[in-house]
Amino acid sequence: MNYKIVAYAEAIALIAVIAGFAMYSLYFASGSISLSGAGATFPAPLIQKWTEEYYQMTGVQVDYEGIGSGGGIKQHSEKTVDFGATDPPMTDTEFSAAPGTVHIPITIGGVVIIYNIPDVPKGLNFTGEIIADIFRRNLTNWNNPRLATLNLGSTLPSAEIIVCHRSDSSGTTAVFTSFLSDENDVWKTNYGASKVISWPEQTLGGKGNPGVAALVQQNQYSIGYVELSYAIENNIPYGQIQNSAGKFVQPTMETLGEAAALSSLTLPVGDQSWASVGSYFNLHIVDDSHNGYPITSFSYIITYKELNTLPDMTKEKANALTWFLWWILHDGQHYASGLSYVSLPQEVVTHNEASLRLITFDGQQVNDWS
Amino acid sequence: MANQVRISRFLSSISLKLKTIFSEKLSGDIIFKIITAFVVCNVFVILGLMVFEIGGSSWLSIETYGLRFLWGTTWQPVPPDPSASPSFGALPLIWGTLVTSGIALLLGVPVSLGIALALSEYAPKRFTYFVSFLVELLAAIPSVVYGLWGIFVLIPFLQNHVYPPLQSVLGFLPMFQGTIRGPSVLTGGIVLAVMIIPTVSAISRDVFAAVPRSQREAISALGATKWETSKVVISYGRSGVIGAIILGLGRAVGETMAITMVIGNSFNMFSSVFDPGYTLASIVANEFTEASSPPVYISALAEVGLVLLLLALVINIFARLIIWRATRIAAGAEMI
Repeated sequence: MNYKIVAYAEAIALIAVIAGFAMYSLYFASGSISLSGAGATFPAPLIQKWTEEYYQMTGVQVDYEGIGSGGGIKQHSEKTVDFGATDPPMTDTEFSAAPGTVHIPITIGGVVIIYNIPDVPKGLNFTGEIIADIFRRNLTNWNNPRLATLNLGSTLPSAEIIVCHRSDSSGTTAVFTSFLSDENDVWKTNYGASKVISWPEQTLGGKGNPGVAALVQQNQYSIGYVELSYAIENNIPYGQIQNSAGKFVQPTMETLGEAAALSSLTLPVGDQSWASVGSYFNLHIVDDSHNGYPITSFSYIITYKELNTLPDMTKEKANALTWFLWWILHDGQHYASGLSYVSLPQEVVTHNEASLRLITFDGQQVNDWS
Repeated sequence: MANQVRISRFLSSISLKLKTIFSEKLSGDIIFKIITAFVVCNVFVILGLMVFEIGGSSWLSIETYGLRFLWGTTWQPVPPDPSASPSFGALPLIWGTLVTSGIALLLGVPVSLGIALALSEYAPKRFTYFVSFLVELLAAIPSVVYGLWGIFVLIPFLQNHVYPPLQSVLGFLPMFQGTIRGPSVLTGGIVLAVMIIPTVSAISRDVFAAVPRSQREAISALGATKWETSKVVISYGRSGVIGAIILGLGRAVGETMAITMVIGNSFNMFSSVFDPGYTLASIVANEFTEASSPPVYISALAEVGLVLLLLALVINIFARLIIWRATRIAAGAEMI
């Protein structure tokens, strides 16, 4: 008897859940416009914040999935999303597979060197050359004279350097190793630049930024690399790196912003290939003295210049998408610093405005924002 | 002509069968039989599809690297020289998987059997319920929690208080030499050992509990001590215990999340258990999501999955053989 009652109760509960879910999805499907995007994990928290705020303001539902830059480019090329997001710009091969792609930088990232040496605070000086020698385990002790001459103020201990790196395939690794390849020829010929590296023996791999940070925080005398926002939020000591002007630059919102502003001098037109921008900004092209942080890069949203090439795209959706992009480049940027992201300098915003004006639906400009 | 006859005979035999099913005996029994048969078929379908899918996607890698994949020791999806082709070899992964699982068994099985014996032979009933509940709770903890516990609790403890004395005592053995690293093969093995304890001990306890009372009474009647009785219990339940160990080993070999977080993810043929290492499952977890190009890369990762599947198969066959031998010996002993 009792069992029967329980069974009835369960059946009713099940029906209620299903009905509730059906009504919930009906409610969201009805009328309101929804856009979908997928890609890089680095800007995902910021994009999530934007979608929430934008939904509150306009009722336009934007869904974003952080699946990785590679996945973002793939889904964009296969036209299964309304926009993709990627940390490195598309390569020439990827670009020719998805003709008509527009690149829109949405935020700025920087890779920082973190370390854990007892009694040594943040701000140790490094050069790209030396970082590469440390990570290929050629320079293995903290009291190496080459490091000592860069850091006359601090006493570095005689201890073996424990190298920590990302074990998962990661855009951060790609940016970091591109920088090392440009700064150190031995690194370039032996390890190269890519999302996965065959690291030397006796190095430790951690999954994701949290994995590397945990390795560095737990192992004394270790060194690793993470995204700047991650180092700031977890209060891990990080180093200063020498830039192309010869200055040792501390990674901050300002120095990353300055690097991005300098890069804007050479940015391609929105609907051209952005492969030349590379994984990080090559500031060697800048002649004069500057304070730009050397390992800085954009994170991009990618979409199509002619939006009607996307299936399920309507004029209303095209309008909503371009407005959303316009909003994140202007008012949306104010949310960046609260989440430890670097907001775009005015030069880059202006460049992006021109790119957004290129976007059409059925050959007609969607918005001119004049 | 002959064919038509054959076909019509075949069809009539089918219709006859259907008739017996539907007209004569459409009882609950038959329906239940059909349902269970269908459910059982799912096992074959799922396993078959899995092998087919993984085999299909790893075909490119199998074609390119052949058997070299199994004993190669480099893993370079994107070589530094752009004109060079990528190279993949899984030996360090197989080595890491076998060693960590071996350590897990070495440490986990004695503890598990101890728990099982204590619960079935020694402990009072009420205590048994309580401890069994706790052990089963251990099995329900998600592996990522084990991983976090490994990173934040176990590694600092082992690194500071266990590994240095261990090395000073056993340092003469090559496998305990070298620099001590917190995230290492040994740490991975220890976390796996903890993770297999619930499986192995719960099943072993049930096996011991199933040993007939008559066996215990017979040996006690001969004047055996409690410990001697326990020995009889263990040998009586040998095949079941081996089965439990195999299930534990299966968990250890396939464990992904926890081991990835504590093993150090370093692709090399380590010689010391204090070195960081890598396992088959971890590299798939680490690299699969972003393995978009070159095409052979994702295929190589699929082949790692295939190797893992084959490894599990080999272990299972091996275990069946042991159980088969053990039961045969036991049967023979009974005859004498």
